[in-house]
Amino acid sequence: MPSHDVLIIGAGLAGQRAALAAADAGATVAIMSKVHPVRSHSNAAAGGINAALNPEDTWESHAFDTVKGSDYLGDQDAIEIMCREAPEEILHLEHLGVTFHRDDTGHLGTRAFGGASAARTYYVADITGQALLHVLYEQLMKYHETVDRYEEWFTTSLLQDEDGNCNGAVARNIRDGRTEAFRAKAVIQASGGAGQAFKPTTNALICTGDGIAQAYRIGAPLMDMEMVQYHPTTLVENGFLITEGARGEGAQLFNKDGDRFMESYAPNKLELASRDVVSRAEQTEINEGRGYEDGGLALDITLVDRKRVLEALREIVNIGRDFAGVDITREPIHIRPGQHYIMGGIKTDVTGQTDIPGLYAAGECACVSVHGGNRLGANSLLDTLIFGRRAGEHAAGRALAMSMPDGDLDARLADENAWLESIMARDAQGGRRVSAIKDELGETMNRYCAVFRDADGLRQCHEVVRRLKEEGERAYVDDRGTVFNQDLLGAIELGYMLDCAEAMVVGAIERKESRGAQYRTDFPQRNDDEWLKHINVSRNGDDVPEVSYTPVTMTQWEPEERTY
Amino acid sequence: MPAYTLKIRRYLPESGDAPHWQDFEVELDGHRSVLEGILKVKGEQDGSVGIRCSCRAAICGSCAVRINGKPMLACNTHLEHAAERSADDGAIVVEPMGNMPVIKDLIVDMDAVHWKKIERVTPWLLPEGDPPEREYVVPHENMVDITQSMACIQCGACVSDCLSMEVDPLFIGPAALAKAYRFVGDPRDGQHYERLKDLAEDPHGIYDCTHCFNCIDACPKGVAPMSQIMRLRRIAGSDHGIDDRNNGHRHVMAFVENIERNGLLHEADLLPDSYGGKFHPRAVPELVDSLPVVVRGLMRRKVTPRKALLHPHRKDYKGLRRLFEKVEGREERVELNLYISGHEDDPAEAEKEAQP
Repeated sequence: MPSHDVLIIGAGLAGQRAALAAADAGATVAIMSKVHPVRSHSNAAAGGINAALNPEDTWESHAFDTVKGSDYLGDQDAIEIMCREAPEEILHLEHLGVTFHRDDTGHLGTRAFGGASAARTYYVADITGQALLHVLYEQLMKYHETVDRYEEWFTTSLLQDEDGNCNGAVARNIRDGRTEAFRAKAVIQASGGAGQAFKPTTNALICTGDGIAQAYRIGAPLMDMEMVQYHPTTLVENGFLITEGARGEGAQLFNKDGDRFMESYAPNKLELASRDVVSRAEQTEINEGRGYEDGGLALDITLVDRKRVLEALREIVNIGRDFAGVDITREPIHIRPGQHYIMGGIKTDVTGQTDIPGLYAAGECACVSVHGGNRLGANSLLDTLIFGRRAGEHAAGRALAMSMPDGDLDARLADENAWLESIMARDAQGGRRVSAIKDELGETMNRYCAVFRDADGLRQCHEVVRRLKEEGERAYVDDRGTVFNQDLLGAIELGYMLDCAEAMVVGAIERKESRGAQYRTDFPQRNDDEWLKHINVSRNGDDVPEVSYTPVTMTQWEPEERTY
Repeated sequence: MPAYTLKIRRYLPESGDAPHWQDFEVELDGHRSVLEGILKVKGEQDGSVGIRCSCRAAICGSCAVRINGKPMLACNTHLEHAAERSADDGAIVVEPMGNMPVIKDLIVDMDAVHWKKIERVTPWLLPEGDPPEREYVVPHENMVDITQSMACIQCGACVSDCLSMEVDPLFIGPAALAKAYRFVGDPRDGQHYERLKDLAEDPHGIYDCTHCFNCIDACPKGVAPMSQIMRLRRIAGSDHGIDDRNNGHRHVMAFVENIERNGLLHEADLLPDSYGGKFHPRAVPELVDSLPVVVRGLMRRKVTPRKALLHPHRKDYKGLRRLFEKVEGREERVELNLYISGHEDDPAEAEKEAQP
């Protein structure tokens, strides 16, 4: 039975950063991912990573922008830590080999980004996430003696001892179908978001909320799950992402009448207001009939110098060409708000610890909470790296101070195998196809749990999700094989997505106010008296989840009216 | 909605059946991707069809397959374009990549080939000494330059179609050598010479590439692996003076001099030139060694003694001279890089470039 001090699930930026940090701290480490690490969704973070590294900039300014961006729901102690540690992290990555953009003097250069009061976004063309991910993977290859990599292993469940400590996980080797129980002193969930619960979404097909649901199923509370970010610029037809970097470089938004409508919604920051603000403005324009016939608005990137576009926004040139048939250097491209990120996740403290001893979380699957009601662009990469590192360090510290948990895991492994067998044995007569349920879930969430919400819609949404959960239990698979049985994994992922979706809807129903990404048309005002608090959602058997609250941590910024 | 036929190469290792073709019909708009077509098949007809995929937007590198015989990403290949290029009566032929063992259906073992080769080039930065207090100060152009290699998504399409690798499976290959350039072109790396020496001396290294351009065609991200290999050669040979035991650098130089002298490649001279001239002690065994090839060529009338010995010189020799003068007269070597030079197929830009 494999055993490691620290077992990390997920090998995107948070997981890889945690692995390197835990190994540096002297722990034996395993990192496990259902895809090869460089396929992780961190790739998609195009625009850059924030840090107050310029001498004229201050971490306090970065922190205030983040607090304001979060609509005051972010925990200020965590935000302070993230912003204070950001410059050092950027320099560390630069030293590891990230090919950050330089200015004419050869020093690190920046670009402007939404919701920020200074240009503090460091970047590699528009492949920042990809560059970071691949450079961290270079380091993982370098660390091959201290970090064991389990690539293309699918985690099915987290393990817990009788005292409630998390002491490992069960995973299936996708390549041969073998399941294995992994023993660990600490487990770090770093398995990303749950965007596939929406259709369309900018998220990759692998973003199915696995880690969130696995933690939830062993009793870890989820926090801020109602806060779902809709990105202002996704392609009308298929929801693919056009980076905020485009607006950072000077692209502008227009409605079908040719009005630069952001002038009336955010007269100071215009296109570079917070994402929730811009997405709401767009949705309002569309709902009031000022969108194009295809349901979109125009993003005009031709305003940016062509050479600059080819050098710094090359990826979206390709995306425009391949997925919309548009040469963005010559004509505007049509966009609309699209599901992009979940601010919520497994509730953690600033060292990544969840409420389950031995279980940590970092990255999009976690909620520290630094993003609160709305994440600023280019803060997600930062979140993954800062809290990935902190979780890795703390988990290593825990592991080095204890002995390897014993206890028999064979029984759990047998249970898990029986569960997988039972999924494959489901009868086609008794249920729907996984893909049909998934599509219905995605369309339902995108209809009712989107930019604008109200009680009626959310209640309907919840009913559908409850029904789909039942149907999901009976959904059948075609593939009964052991080698790359993606069909089986799809059925398990569907269950994860449904758990995440229910937590989002329950949170959204509970929060009877408008804050950040949650805009309730029936409660259009922010209500600090009653709702300046986090909503936690915990599993309650098969019943509707339980709701509880955690106060928001304030340090130096009192809530103010939020305008851009 | 138009219907498309996807002809998928199936291989189910547990079934005991040999690999075979299976046709699936899907109805989708023509500008939807081949990946969407396959996912529709998986979702609605047969969930056992295996393909790696994740981002759907050509950034994660999971879904490289061969479509109508050419390696490409399934996610950014449109159904209508694939059907137009079908050589099989309109059916879109989808099969796993080449040069790598197949695990199941469209899924190949990238660890066994691709990643092993990546690991071969010491794929991490090796800076000299302690890092500076702040960032390394390096020219903007260098960072933009290696961004072309960083744009690689490790999809393996270039490996799939590498002709050299087909002949020599030990060839380090296009993806790994492009990765190597990412360090050799990075001013922060302190081991440029050691890296280049290693790759030049390895018989399966930079001089094992035969310039077939397949990798440049195959790459969905404009990394142009072969161009990076050529740059590694230029830097190794010209800048670091690495005279490798494979005779690679001397061959390159002989090639250029041969053309400069003759206006057109004089093949009979090329081999001896590469080894220092017909009477050089190193050339003699090579010439003897290649005699059977020469004889075979003569017998099959691929060459005639007249053509081989009396090499026809190129008539517009002056034009060629001007080319040499232009290229060699430049103070700095000009390297083509998409991130610097703009779009590869933009006629307007090309015209502007052509203006003096």
